[in-house]
Amino acid sequence: MLNYAVKRLGLSVVIVSVAMLLLFSMIYLIPGDPAAVALGPRATEAMREALRIKMGLDKPVWIQFWNFFASAWQGDLGREVLSDRPVAQVVLEQLPYTLALIASGIIWSVAIGIPLGCWAAVRRSSFADRLVGVLSVAVIAVPSFVIAIYALLIFAVTLRWLPAIGAGEPGDPGSQIVHLILPSLAVGLGWVGYIARMVRASMLESLEASHIRTARAFGLPDRQITYQYALKIAILPTVTLLGVGIGQMLSSAVFAEIVFARPGVGKLVYDAILTRNYPLVTGAVLVTTVLFVLINLLADLIVGALDPRVRSGF
Amino acid sequence: MFAADSDAVGAFRRIFAEPLGGLGIVLVVAMIAGAVFADLLAGADPFRISPRDRFLDPSLDHLLGTDHLGRDLFSRVLHGGRIALSVALFSTAASLAIGIVLGLIAGFGPRWLDNILILLFDAIKSFPTVMLALALVTLFGPSLTAVIVVVVLVNVPGYARIIRTQTLALKSAEFVAAAESMGAGTARVLRVHILPNVIGPLLILASMDIPVVIAIEAGMSFLGLGVRPPTPSWGAILNDGFTAIRDTPWIAVAGGLPIILTTLGFTFLGETLRDVFDPRLRGRG
Repeated sequence: MLNYAVKRLGLSVVIVSVAMLLLFSMIYLIPGDPAAVALGPRATEAMREALRIKMGLDKPVWIQFWNFFASAWQGDLGREVLSDRPVAQVVLEQLPYTLALIASGIIWSVAIGIPLGCWAAVRRSSFADRLVGVLSVAVIAVPSFVIAIYALLIFAVTLRWLPAIGAGEPGDPGSQIVHLILPSLAVGLGWVGYIARMVRASMLESLEASHIRTARAFGLPDRQITYQYALKIAILPTVTLLGVGIGQMLSSAVFAEIVFARPGVGKLVYDAILTRNYPLVTGAVLVTTVLFVLINLLADLIVGALDPRVRSGF
Repeated sequence: MFAADSDAVGAFRRIFAEPLGGLGIVLVVAMIAGAVFADLLAGADPFRISPRDRFLDPSLDHLLGTDHLGRDLFSRVLHGGRIALSVALFSTAASLAIGIVLGLIAGFGPRWLDNILILLFDAIKSFPTVMLALALVTLFGPSLTAVIVVVVLVNVPGYARIIRTQTLALKSAEFVAAAESMGAGTARVLRVHILPNVIGPLLILASMDIPVVIAIEAGMSFLGLGVRPPTPSWGAILNDGFTAIRDTPWIAVAGGLPIILTTLGFTFLGETLRDVFDPRLRGRG
């Protein structure tokens, strides 16, 4: 297990480094002088030159990359252009909002997806099973930003049941939760479909297993067999699926934050692009990428710990 | 009688036999027809601004109502289909071409090149899609080019990996060794012996990715990072609807509905295609 964990961690470090290289080449290729963009049209040539030296832009490209690379690994992502605050600090301030949104999205998808998948698996090939199948495909197919807009339109604007914008009053958990309901539904609804499908497929497999047949032979109640014995095994692939899922939910969260005007990393990057605050853009993209890689690493390690076959395949 | 099942007509019949496959075909054909014959079907000019007619509800004159500039939404939706369809076709074709070449190189080339390519694919895949799109827009500016580059970057690693795996498996097959011993060069082996064997599953996967591509175009245009106004795109219409959501619900409905219907249509069709032609791919969706 340790061997597997070390190899898997090493791979993650390499992947993040290559991602940094790609991101750096992207910034480097942006047309125009970053110093001129940062200082605006009224700056003198001397001021621009001074900032260029301060930002290290006068050095050869490979030294610039090394500086970017070395400081990024130490958590220094540079300073943002507008308020001159450290990028890492600005991004980390916004991160909890995005994580809360994703976590609530997961709650939606697990709370609806797992029972739905079980329910369909037990009624295999019935009309109900087919209906769950079609609905799962449908919610997977429809993009989250359309779901977000329609949810806003129906529940906030037309019915006025739930608030339309913001993240709620600071220090008032009740209002914060109410403000989370619609955005997290938009983030999580597609994953209800993925999880229901996955749980259904693995439940069908585990319901055929011999220890389940034995339990049946002993006359245990169906409900106990399904939810206590079969589901326990069937839930494993869902963990890996969620590892990939969180990355996609991160994408949906960007849209949900913009549609519902919530604070968060997605809103931060979007606003930073509109104001050409490039250090903030690259910093936030880097942080979310590292987060994504870490979550996948964690999911792989959990599954590796639970299932020895995964470790040997590496 | 049974022979008919193996040709194209038979395949088509088998897709139609599945209720969802039939629905998928109907939705996809409707979307393509709407996009191709947009000028004939819509009547109204999608660009014509008419301030007196702003925010009209749906009526016989304007089937989906009008937007904040008084433009006919039905016409804009049909013309938006052209953008969605052409981006989907062009960028999928580009991703397939690049994916096939890189996959063959990784599978047939030297080991070190294979390792570098795999690492590169994994690194690209480690960016969440929207973050990649946002970062690339800083480079290209909001444009169709940016949309196409994002789609290609998102799709290529998956396609190349499939081609690579299949190529590795075929590399040591007897018929490939036979061709090589008869003096066939690498290019000929790849083109004549390997490619025809790996392309089938790839095309099915690509057809299943089309709704994702349409969603990326609509999503980027929704954020104002894709197609520039006043060009009609479903995402841009949805954004107009979002801005005016307290004035009228119809713009948002008009922008969202075609996105929902076409993604559903292509998904149902793709799933049926996969089940009919290559059930082994099940589970990768």
